[in-house]
Amino acid sequence: MNRFAELLDRLSYEPGRNNKLRLITQYFREVPDPDRGYALAALTGTLSFKHAKPGLIRELIAARVDPELFALSYDYVGDLSETVALMWPRTPTSSSIKEPPTPHPSPPLATLAEGGEEVAATPSAPLPPPLQRGGVGGGGPLPDAGQGHNKPPPPTLTEVVTTLATLGKAELPAQLTHWLDELDETGRWALLKLVTGAMRIGVSARLAKTAAAALGDKDAHDVELIWPGLIPPYLDLFAWLEGRADKPANRDAAPFRPVMLAHAIETDDFATLDARDFIAEWKWDGIRVQAVSGRDDDGNIIARLYSRTGEDISKSFPDLLPSFQLPGAIDGELLVLREGRVQSFNVLQQRLNRKSVTPKLMKEFPIHLRAYDLLADNESDLRLLPFVERRTRLESFVAKLDDPRIGLSPVVPFHDWATITAARADPAAFGAGDDAEAVEGVMLKRRDAPYLPGRPKGQWWKWKRDPHIIDAVLMYAQRGHGKRSSYYSDYTFGVWTEGSDGDQLVPVGKAYFGFTDEELIQIDRFVRRNTTEKFGPVRHVVHEPDQGLVLEVAFEGLQRSTRHKSGVAMRFPRISRLRWDKPPREADRLETLERMLKTEKVH
Amino acid sequence: MRPQDLLVPTPAGLCCRLGGFHIDPVRPVERALITHAHSDHARPGHGTVLATQETLDMMRLRYGDNFAGRTQAIRYGETLRLDDVSVSFHPAGHVLGSAQIAMTCNGLRIVASGDYKDAPDPTCEPFEVVPCDVFITEATFGLPVFRHPDAAPEVRKLLDSVRLFPERAHLVGAYSLGKAQRVIALLRTAGYDAPIYLHGAMESITHYYESRGIALGELRLVKDIKKADLAGTITLAPPSATSDIWTRRFPDPLTAFASGWMRIRARARQRGVELPLVISDHADWDGLTATIKATGAGEIWVTHGEEEALVHWCKTQGLAARPLALVGYGEEDESASTGGEDAA
Repeated sequence: MNRFAELLDRLSYEPGRNNKLRLITQYFREVPDPDRGYALAALTGTLSFKHAKPGLIRELIAARVDPELFALSYDYVGDLSETVALMWPRTPTSSSIKEPPTPHPSPPLATLAEGGEEVAATPSAPLPPPLQRGGVGGGGPLPDAGQGHNKPPPPTLTEVVTTLATLGKAELPAQLTHWLDELDETGRWALLKLVTGAMRIGVSARLAKTAAAALGDKDAHDVELIWPGLIPPYLDLFAWLEGRADKPANRDAAPFRPVMLAHAIETDDFATLDARDFIAEWKWDGIRVQAVSGRDDDGNIIARLYSRTGEDISKSFPDLLPSFQLPGAIDGELLVLREGRVQSFNVLQQRLNRKSVTPKLMKEFPIHLRAYDLLADNESDLRLLPFVERRTRLESFVAKLDDPRIGLSPVVPFHDWATITAARADPAAFGAGDDAEAVEGVMLKRRDAPYLPGRPKGQWWKWKRDPHIIDAVLMYAQRGHGKRSSYYSDYTFGVWTEGSDGDQLVPVGKAYFGFTDEELIQIDRFVRRNTTEKFGPVRHVVHEPDQGLVLEVAFEGLQRSTRHKSGVAMRFPRISRLRWDKPPREADRLETLERMLKTEKVH
Repeated sequence: MRPQDLLVPTPAGLCCRLGGFHIDPVRPVERALITHAHSDHARPGHGTVLATQETLDMMRLRYGDNFAGRTQAIRYGETLRLDDVSVSFHPAGHVLGSAQIAMTCNGLRIVASGDYKDAPDPTCEPFEVVPCDVFITEATFGLPVFRHPDAAPEVRKLLDSVRLFPERAHLVGAYSLGKAQRVIALLRTAGYDAPIYLHGAMESITHYYESRGIALGELRLVKDIKKADLAGTITLAPPSATSDIWTRRFPDPLTAFASGWMRIRARARQRGVELPLVISDHADWDGLTATIKATGAGEIWVTHGEEEALVHWCKTQGLAARPLALVGYGEEDESASTGGEDAA
C-alpha cells in the first residue's frame, strides 16, 4: 500500500503527461503481481467499494480527536481525506520514537509516564507522550525497542482490495481503523482516496493503460483491444507485456474496434479533390462512440458502448444499452435528443461525467445514438468494404433495429463544392433543420474508403464551421505549470460592459493556448512590465481604455453560466491573435456575446 | 510579580521595560535582543543589538557593517544582567545561531523561544528545554495536521526523482538561511556526493555556514554553468526564484520545495510544486505540544501562526494561554532579493 500511496502522491503533483507515464510505468516495473494489477485497476476506475462513504470517515475521526481541533484543521486543509490522514492519532504501535536531540533538564521520567496516561484518557490529545517524536518509520512502544519490530507491517494494496471486496458493511469501520493505524500519512490519504473512490489525481484510465503498455513497448491501443476480456489483477496482461506469455486472447463477445479518424480539410485541398468521389454528412457536436453487441457462449446478447479510445463507457448509459439487440458494431455520435431534436453539446455535457446515473438524469437528458458507419453486421466484418456499401448495410441495420434511440445520420446531398460550402455555412437550410445547432461542420468521406484504423490520408475529411471570434482585453495572468512554470501563460480576459460608473471590463473567460512560443514570450514580457497588483500566483495586468493588451479570442460556443460574473461561459476558448495594434477601448462588449447567446438558442 | 510586569507586547515587538530592551523588534529601538538572523526577526537600525555571534555575523552579511549602532555577542548558557533583569540565551534548534531568550526577575522566568524546532538538524545546536513560568511559543505549524516526517526519507524522495528523471534539472526551493544548508547537509548524509548548485542569493550565507565548520561538500554557483550541464543536477534556490524567469536557464526544470507547508497538498499545488519535501525548521504540532509540557510553564503565550488551535489545546491541558497577536513575523515578502525566510 505504501508504494502505491507514494505513486498516487507523486502523480497528484505532476502536471506533465509524459512524466506521469514515466512514474506509472516505473511503478509497474518495480512492483510485483498482484499489487501492480490492483493498482492498474484502481487507476482505471475498475474498482468500487460501495460501503465506504465520507460520512463513515467523519465518524471515525470524530471519535478520536477534539472536535474543535478537527474543525480548525479541516477548515485549513479543505479536504476530508487529507485532513483525516494527517491528523489520525498515532497508536503506540504505529509511532516511532525518536530520542530527544538533547539531554533535557526536565521533566523527570515520571512526568513522561504521566503524559502517556493522559494521552490514553483524553481523546482531545492525539499525541505521543511528551518529547517522544513520531515519524514515518516503524518503532516500538518503548524507546529501546528496535525500529520496526513490534509493528505489524502495513497492509498491501492486494490485501486492501481483496478484503474490501468481501467485507460486510458492519465490519468496515473496524477494518478501516485497523489500516489507518498501520499506515503513515501518505498511506492513509491514499487508502481513503481509494476506498471513497475520489482519486482525482489527474490520471485517466487511458493514461494508466498507456503506462502499462509501455512496460512491453506496446501501444495503448493493443491493451485497449484486449481490455474487455481482462480482469484484475491482470496477471495475463503483465505476463504478456513482460514477454513471459502470449497475448491474452480477446474472447469478448463485444470487442472494440480501433476507430477511423478524419483530417481537417484546408481550402487548398479542394483543388485536388473531386466532389463526385465523396459523400457528405453533418459533423455532429456530440461524443464519438462505438456501440457493439455480440452473443456470448450461451447465446445471450452482450452489449457495450466504447469511447473513441476504446474505454468501456457502458456504465454511464444504461438507458441506451438495451437498444443494441442485434449483433454488430455501429460507429456513431452520442447526442441528447428532446422531442426529436438534437440538443447542443452544452446540454449533452450535463449528462456526462456523472458519478451516478439516476433515473431523473436519464429522463431529463434522453440519450440517442446517431449512426454513421457499420463495422460489423452479425458475424461479418464489414471494415474492408467501400464506405458506400457499408452505408447501405448501415441503413438496413438501423431500419431492422427500429429503435427511436438509434437514428441514422443523414447524408447531405451535394454535387459540387459550392453546394457543400453553402450547407456548411447554413446547415438549417440544407436539411439539418432544428438540429442545426448541434452541427459543427460537415464530414466528407470517400465513397470507396475502407474503414481503416487511425487517421489515414485522404479518406475522411472534417470541415468544421468557423469559430466565433471576439476581441477581449487581458485582465489577469497566471503562471503555467511544468515547463511553463516561469511564464505567465494562463490568461483571464474580459469585455466591456456598462457599470455603475461608466464602462468597465468584466471577465468572460480564460485561455492558456492558441499562441505560438514566440507570442508567449511577448505576452509574458508584457505581463511582467504591466503588472499593477499581485495576488499569490496571479498578476493583475493593466487594463484601461487606452492601456492594455487586446487578445483575439476564438471559441466554439457560448452558454449561460451562473458561475461567472458576466453570465456567460465560452466553450474551448483560445488566443487566436495578439492585437498589439488595437487600443482596449475598441475591444468587444458583453452585449455582443449576449446577442450570440440568443442566436445560439443555448439552454 | 505578574508576567505582564516583566514583558508586554507593543507595536515594536515584545518589550521588557525593567530590562530596557525589546525582543526581535520590528521597528528600530534603543536596545534589541535578537533570537535569530531571519529577516522578519532580525532587522537593521537598532541602537544596540545583543545576539549570538552567529546571528550578529549573519546580520552583518545581509545588512552591511552598519546594521546597528553597537553589537554585543552572547554565548549559549551565559547570563547577563540588564538593569533589573537577568537574561540568558539557549539553543532553539531553528537555524545556526538561533536562540531562545530567558528573562528572570524576582523569581519569575519567561522564555521567549523565537522560532524553534525539536527535530535533529546537523547544521545547528539542538533545541534545549528551559524550565520557566511563562513560555512564549511560535505557532507556525500549530494545527494537528502538521506532523513533520523524518527528514531523511524526504531527501530520499528527491534523490529517487533525480534518478528517475536524469535529463531534468531539479530545483529545490529552500529559504536561503538555514533550510538550504540543512538540505545540503542532509543530501550529503544520504550519500549524495555530486556537486550541488546554488542560486547566487545563497552564496554568502552558505559560505558562512562552512566557515563555522559545517561541511557541505562541493558547491557551485549556477551562473557559471551551461544549461545542458545542469541536467540531472540539484540546485538550491530561494523559493521565489523557482517559479521565476531565472528557471529558464535549466533544462526541463522540476520544482521541489523544502518546507513544512508542503504537508498540505493545496499549498504545494498553489505554488506549482511538483515534488513537495516536508522538511521544516519549525516544530510540528507534536513538537509544540511536547515542548510546552516539558517547560513546565503554567502560562503559555502563543504568537505568529495558528494561535487559535494551540491556545485551545493548552486550555484542554489546564494551562493558561493567550494569543499575543504580534504583527510582522512570518510575513516577509518572499521575493525580496535575499529570498524570504518567512516561515517553514
